[in-house]
Amino acid sequence: MMWGVLQFPGSCDELDALQACQRSGAEARLVWHEERYLDGIDAIVVPGGFSYGDYLRAGAIARFSPAMEAVGEFAASGGPVLGICNGFQVLCEAGLLPGALLLNESMRFTCRQLDLEVDGTQSRDIGHFESRRATLSIPAKHGEGRYYAPDEVLDALEANGQVAYRYAPGQNPNGSARDIAGVRNEAGNVVGLMPHPEHAVDPLTGSTDGLRVFEDIAAIASAPANA
Amino acid sequence: MGAVKARVLIRPKEGILDPQGKAVERALPALGFEGIEHVRVGRMVELEAEDPERLGELCEKLLANPLIEDYEIEQI
Repeated sequence: MMWGVLQFPGSCDELDALQACQRSGAEARLVWHEERYLDGIDAIVVPGGFSYGDYLRAGAIARFSPAMEAVGEFAASGGPVLGICNGFQVLCEAGLLPGALLLNESMRFTCRQLDLEVDGTQSRDIGHFESRRATLSIPAKHGEGRYYAPDEVLDALEANGQVAYRYAPGQNPNGSARDIAGVRNEAGNVVGLMPHPEHAVDPLTGSTDGLRVFEDIAAIASAPANA
Repeated sequence: MGAVKARVLIRPKEGILDPQGKAVERALPALGFEGIEHVRVGRMVELEAEDPERLGELCEKLLANPLIEDYEIEQI
């Protein structure tokens, strides 16, 4: 299995993501933002950082890059895509995931280890999310991570099992609606989250729980939704 | 035909918490400005467009995120 990790001007977590993919037992290579072809790639990471300087809005400009156009087609054909932090913002701006990420309620950049609940409730398309329900210790670091969607959209996300990750009770670091830390698209192959699983893959930094996130996305590649 | 100058005002949608506006509002009394409420912070983009008819589309696609922001286009 081969992961492709996108690299924009201003990305800063792409090398950790690359290593996390490799540690989860797969191969991985970087995909420069001007690349249009994803031949031989089985899953994509849109990594964290400050793509294009976060100018205008976080993720707003990255979505128009050639690589993101290719990711749009890849996702439409069922390819698994994981967006982390800025990558989550990019996927929301690109319309591949519902909602938007706003300035933290506190106005402060948050950087802390927190408990993240894998929310498998009612997952319609990805059975393994239910069976792999867990609480993961993963760091979050962002200034614009407050998940927002209109109430009717939030209701639909919960009803469809599209809430992939939630902050554990009392640990919401940014004022996100309904403690939502990450969501998936309706088909289940595109997942985005604000916390950083790629920074939790080595005991040296306190947790290896992040590997689970990569393994779960990899499982989509080998067992497509609705199979 | 020359380009048309325009100004696009973008602001958070009504009902969406605007922490920047709140922070500004909270700072004002300390500076002696009383009685100022409902501060909302947005941004302004100035541009010159050869085809101003397409500015709406430009706002929808890039300058604003219609899910969270309202925009106004003003030709100047």
